[in-house]
Amino acid sequence: MIRDSSSSVPSLGKDLLGLEPLSADQIQLILDTAEPFKEVSERAIKKVPTLRGKTIVNLFYEASTRTRIAFEFAEKRLSADTVNIAAAGSSVEKGENLVDTARNLEAMRIDMVVMRHPASGAAEFLAERIPSNVINAGDGWHEHPTQGLLDLLTIRDKTGRIDGLKVCICGDILHSRVARSNIWGLLKLGAEVGVCGPKTLLPRGIEELGVQVLPHPEEAIAWADVLNILRLQLERMKGGYIPSLGEYYRVFGITQERLERAPKDILILHPGPMNRGVEIDSRVADGPHSVILQQVTNGIAVRMAVLYLLAGGMPERADVAKTEDVLAGGTT
Amino acid sequence: MRPVLIQGGRVLDPSREFDGVADVLLRDGRIEAVEANIAAEDVETIDASGKIVAPGLVDVHVHLREPGKEEAETVATGARSAAAGGFTSVCAMPNTDPVTDNQAAVGFIVKQASAANSARVYPYGTISIGQKGEHLAEFAKLIEAGAIAVSDDGHPVRSSHLMRTALEYAQAFGIPVADHCEEPSLAHGAMHEGVVASRLGLRAIPAAAEEIMVARDVILSELTGGHIHLCHMSTRGSVDIIRRAKERGVNVTAEVTPHHLTLTQAECEGFNTNAKMNPPLREEADVAVLRAALQDGTLDMIATDHAPHHYEAKERDFDEAPFGIVGLETALGLCIKELVNGGVLSLPELVNRMSTEPARVFHLDAGTLQVGKPGDVVVFDPGATWTVDPTQFYSKSRNTPYAGHVLTGRVERTVVGGRTVFERK
Repeated sequence: MIRDSSSSVPSLGKDLLGLEPLSADQIQLILDTAEPFKEVSERAIKKVPTLRGKTIVNLFYEASTRTRIAFEFAEKRLSADTVNIAAAGSSVEKGENLVDTARNLEAMRIDMVVMRHPASGAAEFLAERIPSNVINAGDGWHEHPTQGLLDLLTIRDKTGRIDGLKVCICGDILHSRVARSNIWGLLKLGAEVGVCGPKTLLPRGIEELGVQVLPHPEEAIAWADVLNILRLQLERMKGGYIPSLGEYYRVFGITQERLERAPKDILILHPGPMNRGVEIDSRVADGPHSVILQQVTNGIAVRMAVLYLLAGGMPERADVAKTEDVLAGGTT
Repeated sequence: MRPVLIQGGRVLDPSREFDGVADVLLRDGRIEAVEANIAAEDVETIDASGKIVAPGLVDVHVHLREPGKEEAETVATGARSAAAGGFTSVCAMPNTDPVTDNQAAVGFIVKQASAANSARVYPYGTISIGQKGEHLAEFAKLIEAGAIAVSDDGHPVRSSHLMRTALEYAQAFGIPVADHCEEPSLAHGAMHEGVVASRLGLRAIPAAAEEIMVARDVILSELTGGHIHLCHMSTRGSVDIIRRAKERGVNVTAEVTPHHLTLTQAECEGFNTNAKMNPPLREEADVAVLRAALQDGTLDMIATDHAPHHYEAKERDFDEAPFGIVGLETALGLCIKELVNGGVLSLPELVNRMSTEPARVFHLDAGTLQVGKPGDVVVFDPGATWTVDPTQFYSKSRNTPYAGHVLTGRVERTVVGGRTVFERK
């Protein structure tokens, strides 16, 4: 595949595995490239020829609604040929299955794999073993880069900037790939990042990543411009990390009452699916400062941008790519 | 078998604090003389000038996988791997399939070792039947069949009552009870709990999981007077507990691996499954304390925890990959490079911690060049540098984080019972 190495514009490389390995310029590039793609989804006929002839496999080893559908829409609206594989591997088999699956996909001459996998590091594992582009759609607790990107884009849409903003990620940080991708993306673009949750759900040494710990939601609300409220996975209660959902809501829930004491308006994000009445109050989720549905809409544009860039598309030609076959000839 | 005369090397025998140029004569499988300029006829002579001649190395903690996982290692390949690493005696952990909780299983290891005719292999028996932590195994019968110590290895003894009983009962036989210290309810993880695991999003094992069991075992040893041997110590907290126990005169000994003395959690970056081991690689502060503790004798000996795994077993995501790395063939080169050249131990002290001390603690007839003792000798070049190439290992497995590392100190010849079992070509 031909890449423009002479350009000063940074390319993404072969894969999108996480936001930690990306530079600020690379992240900005994806966000900027997403802008012209937003409009495609607003058309009556939501389809452009950009990825015509590309074959993309959506390989989901874990249940997903929002992410899988957003990727599929992004791919289809760019005219790629897509195949969905939902692999419900057992925990014992999943490692072996992944190697074999990779080899089989390789043999089928595909162009890209979008993968969701329950094991941290699975996307990197696959990317090292196949020549196709790999997009991480969530690996274990590690990273979920397109979610991080769509959160960044949504914040940027509303506030006009990331640099200098105070963003607090609330809830189960320990088990969250969304948290990790958000932390890297926000820090690289110059935001201050806080995390807020019970200590049982905060990873050890999280401060060493450059974030500050805000022990209670009251402190988070007093400090932040933006709250990104994570879903509390209900199985965490069984794991003994919190005593009950009711107590969690009482102490850590983001409620209207708590937000009303904020010194300023706070932008509310949530990656979904929400547990209303657990980590977030309905009045907050549906309130005037919630951008939860804009996140979903932006999720498609961001993923179109990632697909386009990894396919070898030039960022400055993204607009043209919607009408002309700019990839043909330049790529294999 | 012709007598062997090893000529002109620098002989290190920590068992009698000998360090000097001498010849070593082996006859009928035993040490006959260690003197300057031995004149002997009809002998096989080996020129060791410029080399170190020392009692063969002793490793009290290896996994040889047979029976059960012969695709990863067998007693024979493990013994040859040991010989290539300069080891003349290794102690095989009991977590085979079936486990060595009975005379037949122990006897099988002894038989395979005898057939391999390479480094000596001494089996561990289990502490409990099936390593289940419920019923005490028959120590007397295990020892009769050839066991030299007992351990439930990777299935740490949960029940404090059982551990107490084992420590009491083992005293009748004068054998150590070895424990892999891990509080199971805290140890559901794939690597050390710290900033790297937090970044990678991996389940993690806190240092406390080890330290809690170290403290318990020390307390039970103090209660019973039994000899507790603590396997592969990895944290500074464990060292602190052992140091204070030894000051009180508790009957405790401890080992440390070359990898815990040389690597940290950072090795797991990139989800490197060859850096996944249990106990996990810890922090730089731990490495520094482990080195100091080896130097001052708080940690008694170096043991490799040689843990072969088939290629496919490690070729998977980090969570699912098994724990452990092979260690026999890299141990000496790592220890000379990092510990001797790094100023932690002198060369004679290293030989002491890799041969004489482990033999003494485990009551093995090894670790010495005294006249009349078994003719187990290693000849190595302490200055030779070489690059680790796992494809050249004698072990069946290649799971090492040291591939491509340049090490210092290389085994030239390994002699067991007066017979050369490894010679570098």
